[in-house]
Amino acid sequence: MNRSKWKNVKDELFANGLGVAAVLILTVFTLGAVFAFLSGYDPNAMDAMARLTPPGAGHWFGTDDYGRDYLARALYGGRISLLVGFASMIVATGIGVTIGVISGYFGGWLDNLLMRMLDVVLSIPSFLILLLLSVYLKPSVGNIIIIIALLMWMNVARVVRAETMTIKEREYVLYAKASGQSASGIIWRHILPGLVPVIIVGATNNIASAIMMESSLSFLGFGVQPPNATWGSMLNSAQGYIAQAPYLALFPGLLILLTVLSFNVLGDILRVGFEPKLTRR
Amino acid sequence: MTKRLLSVENLQVSFATRDGENQAVRGVSFHIDAGETVGIVGESGSGKSVTAKAVMSLITPPGRITAGNIRFRGGSLTGLSEKEWRSLRGNRIAMVFQDPMTSLNPVKKIGQQLTEVIRRHRGLNKEAAFAEAAKLLRQVGIQQPEQRLKQYPHEFSGGMRQRVMIAMALSCQPELLIADEPTTALDATIQAQILDLFKELKENSETAIALITHDLGVVAQVCTRVIVMYGGLIMEEGTVEDIFYRPQHPYTQGLLRSIPKRGGGSRERLIPIEGTPPDLLDPPPGCPFMERCPHAFGRCSERPPVVEHAAGHRSMCWLAEGTQNQAAAYAEGRTSGE
Amino acid sequence: MRQLIVRRLLQTLPMLFFVSVVCFTMIKLAPGDPVLSFVTPNMHADDIERIRHNLGLDKPAYIQYFIWLKEMAKGNFGYSLVNHQPVLGQILERLPATAGLMGSAIALAVMLAVPLGLIAGANRNRWADKLINFISYVGISIPLFWLAILLIYLFAIKLHLLPSMGMRTIGVESAADVLKHGILPCSVLAFGFLAGYVRYIRSSTIGQLKEEYVQIQYAFGSKKSTILFRHVMKHVLLPVITLLGMSMGDLVAGAIVTETVFSWPGIGSLGMTAVKGMDYPVIMGITLFSSLMLIFGNMAADILYSFVDPRIKLKG
Repeated sequence: MNRSKWKNVKDELFANGLGVAAVLILTVFTLGAVFAFLSGYDPNAMDAMARLTPPGAGHWFGTDDYGRDYLARALYGGRISLLVGFASMIVATGIGVTIGVISGYFGGWLDNLLMRMLDVVLSIPSFLILLLLSVYLKPSVGNIIIIIALLMWMNVARVVRAETMTIKEREYVLYAKASGQSASGIIWRHILPGLVPVIIVGATNNIASAIMMESSLSFLGFGVQPPNATWGSMLNSAQGYIAQAPYLALFPGLLILLTVLSFNVLGDILRVGFEPKLTRR
Repeated sequence: MTKRLLSVENLQVSFATRDGENQAVRGVSFHIDAGETVGIVGESGSGKSVTAKAVMSLITPPGRITAGNIRFRGGSLTGLSEKEWRSLRGNRIAMVFQDPMTSLNPVKKIGQQLTEVIRRHRGLNKEAAFAEAAKLLRQVGIQQPEQRLKQYPHEFSGGMRQRVMIAMALSCQPELLIADEPTTALDATIQAQILDLFKELKENSETAIALITHDLGVVAQVCTRVIVMYGGLIMEEGTVEDIFYRPQHPYTQGLLRSIPKRGGGSRERLIPIEGTPPDLLDPPPGCPFMERCPHAFGRCSERPPVVEHAAGHRSMCWLAEGTQNQAAAYAEGRTSGE
Repeated sequence: MRQLIVRRLLQTLPMLFFVSVVCFTMIKLAPGDPVLSFVTPNMHADDIERIRHNLGLDKPAYIQYFIWLKEMAKGNFGYSLVNHQPVLGQILERLPATAGLMGSAIALAVMLAVPLGLIAGANRNRWADKLINFISYVGISIPLFWLAILLIYLFAIKLHLLPSMGMRTIGVESAADVLKHGILPCSVLAFGFLAGYVRYIRSSTIGQLKEEYVQIQYAFGSKKSTILFRHVMKHVLLPVITLLGMSMGDLVAGAIVTETVFSWPGIGSLGMTAVKGMDYPVIMGITLFSSLMLIFGNMAADILYSFVDPRIKLKG
């Protein structure tokens, strides 16, 4: 990966108002999740006197049905949602890159077998698997990360495989092969560096889908269990108070939307930036 | 005195690129009279196709016409509305393109594509347009036109598709037909058939033809007049006889030496022109052919004048400046010297 | 043509095999005694033993698999652990509600996505494109259950315009009533599909507009709108068939969240109830059923595509 590609990404980012907004949003949310304690409230401290207080000076996001500060819950919830998003992305990217590189580099029966496996996994509706696995396994944060990752590696594997197949035909790889370098050496030194752009783009989009999956799962009640909150489970409980306290539904949903939107926008900007011939304005 | 159909004055077209303005056409003036067949000859990048597109107002961003005036039947085409252009294109001025394989929409039947044009410009109903389309196909030499109209483009060979494109171009009896390298993408035998079709067209219809090509052989067979372009400028212009027997510009002479003569025998040596065309991002201020010209001298770095050698025979070259006799004598010397 | 269909059918066989193995394995791994899924309340203990023997549960796993496969092929997906009804029957009973909802949502999405995608592609990087592009970004990024809650709040709670729950008002049997109940869930699902379709159609429109035949249409005096809706649209619509095939899998699974929020009595909420009640035979039945829908949906789309695209017809 050379410097001009990064420069392209930078140009693309600043040429696009959405991109700057996405970076800002994600920075603020990440800082908010890391420094969640600065909200001054314990996210699980109940206050029977302050149930369903609308947003105001004391509680910026109001309080929920147990009188807990909603901003604090949203910040701590964001911690889990973002953590699940990043961690699942890393696991999924790891699996996807491994399988994609092996499949693309070695080809032959191994490639065939791996790709057929992938077809099967893809032909079972993924959200159903998600539900199934969350029934079999205990819904802890670690398990949820693994389950989501198991559903996301396929896309990474596909693009990585395709890219590996192009890179391995390049002159310098053929030369390395001819000069007797080992397969692992070639993959490490020549193939992987060339894969960085597709991996980054795939990873960015995967964070978006991981956060979305976690939210859906938690919304249905199969995600992270109470009293810990995630944005999805907050929406689940907000459903019951939609008439009295619509703000309970507004904030977590907006947070999910903005986060996922930002990652999707960034993913597209990275793709265009890495591939200048694809779209030039 | 024949009627002037099209006149182009000082046309300039450029394309914005990342590295600057690509000045594809840099001040081109010519005319086409009603019913005549004019060849526009040049290498790729000489500006001939861009000129044709400009006449049809088909230059799209990043390209734009930066200067010049185009008149059709005496009326200026510059500043026509898009709607007025639409009633002109395909109707009074039609165009045939280089690659028949990509010219037609692959998912629509030939008949649909032909009748669409006929109905748009001639206001015929569906049945009448279909009958007309069949008549046109027969006219361009396609057998069983009624069946063929119900087929898709991929069921036609390249030559057949080009016939369809010609039929489509002729469907509204245009006053001017611009053919942009219509035979380049075809096999040699098919090329000859399509050229015959153009010859036939020239004999039997009122349509004026502008035949754009890089192949002087094609010009010799079909055209009455020739315009030679190079580096976005017209180098020489004259009748076929002028150009083939009395070429004045060193570039035209070079082109003539580089084509095989019919019946020339195997002893003949083809002499390609050395060098490459000028970079139009930063075109030379003088003669664009200077770098490759065997006769280049000091003054060639200034833009040469256009010199008229005989009625309608002009060239743009410093060698031709001064008395026309000198130029003629020079040309004589060159040709007899071979 | 026939060759193509046969080849495509043969391609699905290994897929079917693997999917069935996956489902069977999951059933085997499920906690509890698998015999229970074939037990009805009025059975005696020796009946149960006979079933155990018939099912071959005393035999090795691969024989069990084939017996299970044979039962599946006969349409015996087992019985619910909760209400002891046959699984396939329950799925088929719920199918119309889900199919109706998904069908209308997909139809709505395609009807909106085609013009939006064409307009966005034709006006690339102008304001119309930017607006449509932003809407589709929101569409792929918005949690559908949140959109559903917002719509319920607005249309059902604030404006009292539309019902927010179920498919029918109790005691009312009219198509208009069902339609009224369907508007919100259908809009939510359609918005979800819309975004993906628009992005796809936009990029294929941009690709088509670069094709030479489009440039040539201008030279024959075509209007931009004529080119777009007569020439480019057909190209763009063809791949939509493939998209529809891929949506077949969502027919069941994608509806889970939306059906749950709106208490829509379809396969999605059946699956949700089954997951909550650990009703493995029903979960497995739905998984297998939707996998089959996805596999055959893709196959049908491929075959249909070859019928519609004139370029493939000749080769097949």
